[in-house]
Amino acid sequence: MYSLTYKRADSVEEARRLFQEASDAAYLAGGHTLLPTMKQRLAAHDVLVDLTRIGSMKGISVEGDRVRIGGGMTHAEVAGSSEVQRAIPSLAALAGSIGDAQVRHRGTLGGSIANDDPAADYPAAALALAATIMTDSREIAADDFFTALYETALEESEIVTGVSFAIPETAGYAKFRNPASRYPMAGVFVARHRDGSVRVAVTGAGNEGVFRWQAAESALAGDFSANALEGLSVDPDLMMGDIHGSAEYRANLVAVMARRALANLGSAEAII
Amino acid sequence: MVTVTMTVNGRQVSKEVEDRRLLVDFLREDLELTGTHVGCDTSQCGACVVHLDGKAIKSCTILAAQADGTSITTIEGLADGAELHPLQAAFKEHHGLQCGYCTPGMIMSGVDIIRRHEGQLDEDTVRHELEGNICRCTGYHNIVKAILAAAQEMHGEVRQAAE
Amino acid sequence: MAQDGIGARVARKEDKRFITGKGRYVDDMRVAGMKHVAFVRSPYAHAKVGGINSEQARNMPGVLAVLTGSELVADGIGNLICGWMVHSKDGTPMNMGAWPALAPEVVRFVGQAVAMVIAETRAEARDAADVVAVEWEELPAITDPAKALGEGVPQLHPEAKGNLIYDWEIGDKAAADKALSEAAHVTRMEIVNNRLVPNAMEPRAALAQYDAAEDHFTLWTTSQNPHVARLVLSAFYNVAPEHKLRVIAPDVGGGFGSKIFIYPEEVACLWAARKTGLAVKWTGDRSEAFLTDAHGRDHVTVAEMAFDANNRITAFKIDTIANFGAYMSLFSSSVPTYLYATLLSGQYDIPTIHCNVRGVYTNTAPVDAYRGAGRPEATYVVERMMETAARELGVAPPELRRTNFIREFPHQTPVIMNYDAGDYEASLSAALSASDYAGFGERKAEAARRGKLRGIGLSCYIEACGIAPSQAVGSLGAGVGLWESAEVRVNPVGTIEVLTGSHSHGQGHETTFAQLVAERLGVPIDNVSIVHGDTDKVQFGMGTYGSRSGAVGMSAISKAIDKVEAKAKKLAAHLLEAAEGDIEIADGEVRVAGTDKKLGWHEVCLAAYTAHNLPEGMEPGLKEGSFYDPANFTFPAGAYVCEVEVDPDTGHTEIIQFVAADDFGRIINPMIVEGQVHGGIAQGVGQAILEGCIYDPESGQLITASYNDYAMPRAHDLPSFKVSTTETICPSNPIGMKGCGEAGAIGTPPAVINAITDAIDNNDLSMPATPEKVWRALRAGATAMRQAAE
Repeated sequence: MYSLTYKRADSVEEARRLFQEASDAAYLAGGHTLLPTMKQRLAAHDVLVDLTRIGSMKGISVEGDRVRIGGGMTHAEVAGSSEVQRAIPSLAALAGSIGDAQVRHRGTLGGSIANDDPAADYPAAALALAATIMTDSREIAADDFFTALYETALEESEIVTGVSFAIPETAGYAKFRNPASRYPMAGVFVARHRDGSVRVAVTGAGNEGVFRWQAAESALAGDFSANALEGLSVDPDLMMGDIHGSAEYRANLVAVMARRALANLGSAEAII
Repeated sequence: MVTVTMTVNGRQVSKEVEDRRLLVDFLREDLELTGTHVGCDTSQCGACVVHLDGKAIKSCTILAAQADGTSITTIEGLADGAELHPLQAAFKEHHGLQCGYCTPGMIMSGVDIIRRHEGQLDEDTVRHELEGNICRCTGYHNIVKAILAAAQEMHGEVRQAAE
Repeated sequence: MAQDGIGARVARKEDKRFITGKGRYVDDMRVAGMKHVAFVRSPYAHAKVGGINSEQARNMPGVLAVLTGSELVADGIGNLICGWMVHSKDGTPMNMGAWPALAPEVVRFVGQAVAMVIAETRAEARDAADVVAVEWEELPAITDPAKALGEGVPQLHPEAKGNLIYDWEIGDKAAADKALSEAAHVTRMEIVNNRLVPNAMEPRAALAQYDAAEDHFTLWTTSQNPHVARLVLSAFYNVAPEHKLRVIAPDVGGGFGSKIFIYPEEVACLWAARKTGLAVKWTGDRSEAFLTDAHGRDHVTVAEMAFDANNRITAFKIDTIANFGAYMSLFSSSVPTYLYATLLSGQYDIPTIHCNVRGVYTNTAPVDAYRGAGRPEATYVVERMMETAARELGVAPPELRRTNFIREFPHQTPVIMNYDAGDYEASLSAALSASDYAGFGERKAEAARRGKLRGIGLSCYIEACGIAPSQAVGSLGAGVGLWESAEVRVNPVGTIEVLTGSHSHGQGHETTFAQLVAERLGVPIDNVSIVHGDTDKVQFGMGTYGSRSGAVGMSAISKAIDKVEAKAKKLAAHLLEAAEGDIEIADGEVRVAGTDKKLGWHEVCLAAYTAHNLPEGMEPGLKEGSFYDPANFTFPAGAYVCEVEVDPDTGHTEIIQFVAADDFGRIINPMIVEGQVHGGIAQGVGQAILEGCIYDPESGQLITASYNDYAMPRAHDLPSFKVSTTETICPSNPIGMKGCGEAGAIGTPPAVINAITDAIDNNDLSMPATPEKVWRALRAGATAMRQAAE
């Protein structure tokens, strides 16, 4: 790791100020994406602003038809939250399937969605659950948030303070893991909302990052069962390909995982 | 440089370290607690697992400065004096280790697994829970056996105490 | 039997330090004034090294020195060597390219070191290494071993025309060709054995210290064989004279072969310690391990097996290209020749075998022995061929093997080896029974109802361990003898220290070796200490690899015990006024058989040291040594059955059941033996379905250079294993042991691939059988069947 200065923020405002004062700062939350990259000297920042002690980024609350989760909540806290388990069991399931136990003790919701990492699970839930991303300065609909691979609508120093998820009528999550890294090669979150609309979001597979599979959404709006997906596939040209799986294979996985997510509705455990 | 103060294995320590110092290097180099190991640089192998405020974490993926004010338990602090922790004893009894390099991380993770599941474990659960720990020697067979045995023993003891 | 003697499931004596965090690995070592090393490594697979400007680095905080390859060469430090001379079939010696520890002129693989930085802290050394400016002139690279032998491709070494290291053969080619042309059936396959990274969990490290006043060096290093390291470092690399160099291999976190070899970093650290007068430590990180640890396997093979009308094998012909990487590592030349081709007879009575091996340079990390070393490659070829032939011939796989089993011993194969003992039927029967092989059909049908494809695969392996008779390996080109030494030191109070040249890095020698002593001298194992891993303490040794520590290392101890026992008996007979032949040693006592006359063991030991009353001519003391040179290789063998379920939607393979039935000869500690087999199976499963190196063919970059891209087996990739043993006593050593360390890694891969290909009904599948490969093979198989039907 290159030399750096560590700064701990006690409030969101202080964090933003510390960030802006530095020439090339980064926010540090769970650190499980940032620190490995910095350790291998693939990234360098002069200042790391630690967000993990900011009290206002903690907490989980159910407000009407939405669940609001602080950006600083760890995956283990979300997975273990009885509120989340009751309101959106598949969201608890997704959180409980991220990385490994030690990662889940450190990694946070905000960190997971803040850089549209194709290997992150949460972006699929954010899109499928019509989430609103709350930052220190505004609210952004998830549909507008994930703009491209490793790119979001966030401004440079903007902080994800929380995410508000719509409580669906039912939802399910299934993913297929990369045998080496264990990140999803295709993770599909399927949700039917109370207004009858269906959202299907795919992470890990698309070459532009997380995306909504609209053909599947339309098909499922008419018939919310795996039968509706028969013969449906995503375009391999829009999928990522690497040594672990070609675009064609990932396209297959998306279809398979969508079916499995539908077979896993309402479960507090993800199919992996 | 930053000054970090934390409780390590029940003892308060305070040191000035480089801002970039990882917790694992702080433990190994500054406190000479070399039982915590480093086996990879991508946060996957789990040789560096310690407990931070009672939860298993990878000490290679957190700055020492971030751990300021916390309580850390390493493999050196697990036994109660000369009395081995039941999971340490189970690793020996069931031959859950060979070269010993992954062992501290495995044991610290195992203790965390047993704690979170309150001793209610089956083989499949243990295998999934060991996602973040890599062993190259044992094929995991006897590690799984040791964790299950210790869980049963510890849970049994808890039950007895309650009765 | 003594309570903790041979055959007892004794918990390991060494465990306490490991489970309490008190193990002492090289990176845990600190010496006064110790500084830290970081290496400047090549980002290119092939490049000329121009000038190296280290001015900026020298001015970085904490930096004490920057040393380069040209300085190392100027100081007369020798090139790294390959210690086993193999000749091509035309009689010419192998073509060995020069390998300086720090490359002064040309780098030939990504990660090769060209310079080193010494600084106050590890982080400062690394900071400075990043700014050492090297003028690289990139050259075209080649990574594919078959292509490297072609025309118009990049050439690595002037010493090796056409990148060819050797073109070697064994056996009778004309006879094999004739049998193939007259065969009732020929099975032919192209088989790739995938390149693996050993991945011992402790990365390599070295700490070198130089005492100018004594002109003495100490090297703490992650080695499986510290004496071999000292010999090679002094005799060939010229870094320190042997009597002035102490090599210590303390606790070592796994080796699997990768820590046999002497690496550039060890040479460079020793050299730098004298040059700068500083104690210097280098600890590799995992990325460096991926790039620079010796890799394993990497064969491309065409095999043909001839059968007569009775399904008996009449000939076996094999043509293999072995990738050596950019340089010839210490034992590399022997791996695809004498450790591979000599095992191609498997468990079968094959009258004619011919094997041709071409060794080739590529711009990849050096390749050398990795758990099994040549024998997994041989077993994979033989057992994939047998399973495939059984399918082609319409014979049940176990039956084809039974038809061809060797049943009489000793058995001379056509490829050097003389199998001394075995019972292949016994292990096969045990494995078939433990796996309920006969009931597989029902399980397959049940799985099909759940939408899963179930398959079963068999592998009957043989290996050669107990490496090795010195004269035999000498005649085959080995640069060293492969004996082992031991010293048994009985203290005046009767406690015992055993000094052994074997090195334990997970194998449990501190327990099993003590069990042997307990068995033989009737003392509790707690009264026995095993001393190893330090050239200043232990007389000499060849170290631990090739499953040799039991069969060779313990045999040396056994021979030393013979001498101790003889002297103790002679002394006791004198003290008890009895005949030597009537003295027996057991349970802490030295008794006259059939009488109540006896002395405590400690009393006899004390008498040996007080020397007040010794038999005429007897020297005081009770300490004996032995050098044991094995009479033959040993031949562990066994049968493995793997059962898998494939998810047809994703191609994911789940190992449902894995059964191993091994014959390791006499077993000292069944618990430790089982542990060795478990670990070997896991590595075998890893090779079969998870692990594999991928180099970018253009740039020569290692793509699978971290655990994000190189799939290590995790706990839930594996089931609990069913392991058992059958026993034929090895007649070639005094204990009757064969060795168990590598069996799992040798026998497992073909069992797994045979099972998956059975499940998906398509035999065209290479390792690692990743989900995508299996998914594609399934679809290709379905397409082929559709086409056949049309």
